[in-house]
Amino acid sequence: MNQGLEILGLAKSYGATPVLREISFTVPPGGLTAILGASGSGKTTLLRLIAGFETPDAGTIRLAGTELASGAKILPPERRAIGYVAQEGALFPHLNVAGNITFGLPRAERRARHRVAELLRLLDLPQSFADRAPQELSGGQQQRVALARALAPNPRLVLLDEPFSALDAGLRAETRLAVAAALQAAGATAILVTHDQEEALSMGSQVGVLQAGRLAQISPPERLYRQPASAALANFLGEAVFLPGIAAAGRVDCALGTLSLADRHMQGSVQVMVRPEQIKVFAQAREASVAARVRGAEFYGHDALVRFAVRAGERESDVTARMFSHALPRPGEQVWLQVEGDVTAFTASAAPAFEGDASR
Amino acid sequence: MRARRPSAGRPSAGLLAACCAASGFVLLPLGVTVWNAAHAGAAVAAALLWRPLTGFLLLNTMRLIACAVLSTGLLGTALAWAVERTDLPGKRRWAILAVVPLAIPPFITSYAWVSLSPALENFWGALLVVTVAYYPLVYLPVAAALREMDPALEETARSLGLSPTNMFVRIILPQLRPALLGGVLLVALDVLVEFGAFALLRFRTFTTAIYGAYRAGFSGAEPALLAMVLLVLCIACLTAEFFVRGRARYGRLGRGARRRAQNYPLGRWRFPVQAAFLAWTTLTIGVPLGMILYWLAQPGDAATAPVAASFAAVAGAAWSSVYLGAAGAALTMALALPLGVLAARYDGRLVTALERSAYLAQSIPGIVVALALVSLTVHALRPLYESTTLLVAAYAVLFLPLALVSVRAALTQAQPALEEAGRSLGLGRAAVLMRISLPLAAPGLGAAAALVFIAVTTELTATLLLAPIGTQTLATQIWADTSTLAFAAAAPYAAVMAVMSMAASWLLAGRFGAASVFAAVRTV
Repeated sequence: MNQGLEILGLAKSYGATPVLREISFTVPPGGLTAILGASGSGKTTLLRLIAGFETPDAGTIRLAGTELASGAKILPPERRAIGYVAQEGALFPHLNVAGNITFGLPRAERRARHRVAELLRLLDLPQSFADRAPQELSGGQQQRVALARALAPNPRLVLLDEPFSALDAGLRAETRLAVAAALQAAGATAILVTHDQEEALSMGSQVGVLQAGRLAQISPPERLYRQPASAALANFLGEAVFLPGIAAAGRVDCALGTLSLADRHMQGSVQVMVRPEQIKVFAQAREASVAARVRGAEFYGHDALVRFAVRAGERESDVTARMFSHALPRPGEQVWLQVEGDVTAFTASAAPAFEGDASR
Repeated sequence: MRARRPSAGRPSAGLLAACCAASGFVLLPLGVTVWNAAHAGAAVAAALLWRPLTGFLLLNTMRLIACAVLSTGLLGTALAWAVERTDLPGKRRWAILAVVPLAIPPFITSYAWVSLSPALENFWGALLVVTVAYYPLVYLPVAAALREMDPALEETARSLGLSPTNMFVRIILPQLRPALLGGVLLVALDVLVEFGAFALLRFRTFTTAIYGAYRAGFSGAEPALLAMVLLVLCIACLTAEFFVRGRARYGRLGRGARRRAQNYPLGRWRFPVQAAFLAWTTLTIGVPLGMILYWLAQPGDAATAPVAASFAAVAGAAWSSVYLGAAGAALTMALALPLGVLAARYDGRLVTALERSAYLAQSIPGIVVALALVSLTVHALRPLYESTTLLVAAYAVLFLPLALVSVRAALTQAQPALEEAGRSLGLGRAAVLMRISLPLAAPGLGAAAALVFIAVTTELTATLLLAPIGTQTLATQIWADTSTLAFAAAAPYAAVMAVMSMAASWLLAGRFGAASVFAAVRTV
């Protein structure tokens, strides 16, 4: 029997508009699964179906072998033992922090402030916060209290609905770390939905991508980033360089030379996807490097994206490399590029039309 | 961020039935009035409406409204500007004193002025009383708009070379327009529905003419036809106010803490402005309270009362007022709760229609409600005629819109997200109601009940027409004594009512802000 969450053929529509179609995946116990999607992709609906706030049109949700939703059999949210952290925390304004944290516990434990000290410590919050009103806390602190409240009754699963999207950049990173550490220390199984690629890839032990109500792929983050299932997905997850190439015997010939393929079985005309950080830039020619001319650079502070023109026969291709920003080549300069690691290729010949959140 | 769908989808049949009953109940007087007017027949209606009296009333009322809109608009805006945007000393004190008149019922103000000088029994006296009593209806929204205004706009205008005067006309006034328009429309509506203040001043408007026609025992048709004219005017005002308020909402979309706007130095105007504030406060608060105190100190010779007020009589009247206030608040809340739940939680055309119909009742003057209920009970429900039940029902019709505003706001406090958080923590629907929704809404519901209570205890018109024989309240006693020029006899009742109303408003304003008291008076 599976101790985690199993979802099979889940579907939901609002009126005539389908929001989720044929969603199936499993969440192993103990880890954090991130669901990444643009706004309108259905990710919040997915979370609300698991929590029990909405009823699916079709499909099964099973947690630790118990059916939560299957056909007409729907367990109400209060009997699912699933913790839920809403976007803005949704702390009860009429209760102080301790009252919020112990809210889901039986009366005697509420009186005794059971687990308040322990959970405040777990979320790296000062003990003095117990008697504060939620309104006196910053957004990040409110989110942490909301997680403490969800963890207090020892739920079998914790759901986090874009918990960091309302926070500013500095606070977001800090709160993310505190939340990840607390979830790990509590040994909780968690699902996080977000529209932030970086957040999903850095926090999830597996990451699923929702596009227009369908689960496009669910894999460990490294695999998702390096070997996405489609060119559109590759573009959605970060910067990508696409080049035409010919694949044979585990290698592919393209403008950047002959590169090693992740999928050894590819054959014939393909589209090669190289991540900019795989491309190394040298001032002199090296083994297996190709000549390129610098076109320009976008400076980001810690690093920069540098654009090159690479000539292969008659055609000139555009290539982008990620470089540390302290020593950038000047436009017009001649350099040599070398690709590190395996690359991914797609058989589809169509150009990637997928940009950022164009999935709606 | 995505738009949240209402969590529960469609309202239950029971809730809808309760709401339809409440809204039908509130609209009943409107229906009865229309029915009575229609029953008169075209010829009678034309004869009754097409005569000099209607034109005279229309002119009298419109003239007063036009002048009151001008006077309250100018004074309300000037005072709000001085308090919010200059370095006037003692601002906090003036800000409070500026809204105190809201807690004094207009017919008490009228009583005070008419007892000061009978020379005020004319148009100018009516204008004075209306201005003094209703200018806070302009002051409060304009002051709020001035507070919320983005100082960046003024700074930009100055950097573009506008003089302070030009800036007021081109930058500030356009931003104040929704608040100012909404405020003066409320003044116009209140002038239309006011009865007691004008009756004591012997100034003839539609309400006093309707009352006169009813007392003279004319057929049900004449008061009903006059009431129809009044209703048309009131509904026009309410509709205009609805659209103005709808636009005003767009101005407040900005979020986050704003910088406080810059204060302009008064310079050598410092003392003249303070003197003006002092003089104005003397007119608005000093005279009403002063006259009550004066008459309290003059028993015996000045009191030409048929019956001098005894402690027992005052206590009895106060008890009646309190008892009716509590009963009125209870019934009003019972009707407002289902409508509030519906409005706060659900969407759709039926929901909007039900909610709007309740607000429409706001435009039905007390005299029209009372007359309709009299005619209904006399013809169809005889046992209820002149019963306490009928009087309490009239209060519920009159003050349901007032309660609904607060009830809806209170129920919106318990957002669906909070209730979902409760359910994910293992609480069933009943437990969520007990531990989240009710605790969050309770203060607001309490405030709503308190507002209705104040409104009922200071209500005159319906009480006068519907109170059972032998039931005397503070309001009806003041009315009876003042009508016979027994000002000293009325003073103890007026004093008790003023103290009750001001103390309750003070408590409410301290806990929920001046806006709650504003809500109380705008529908009275």
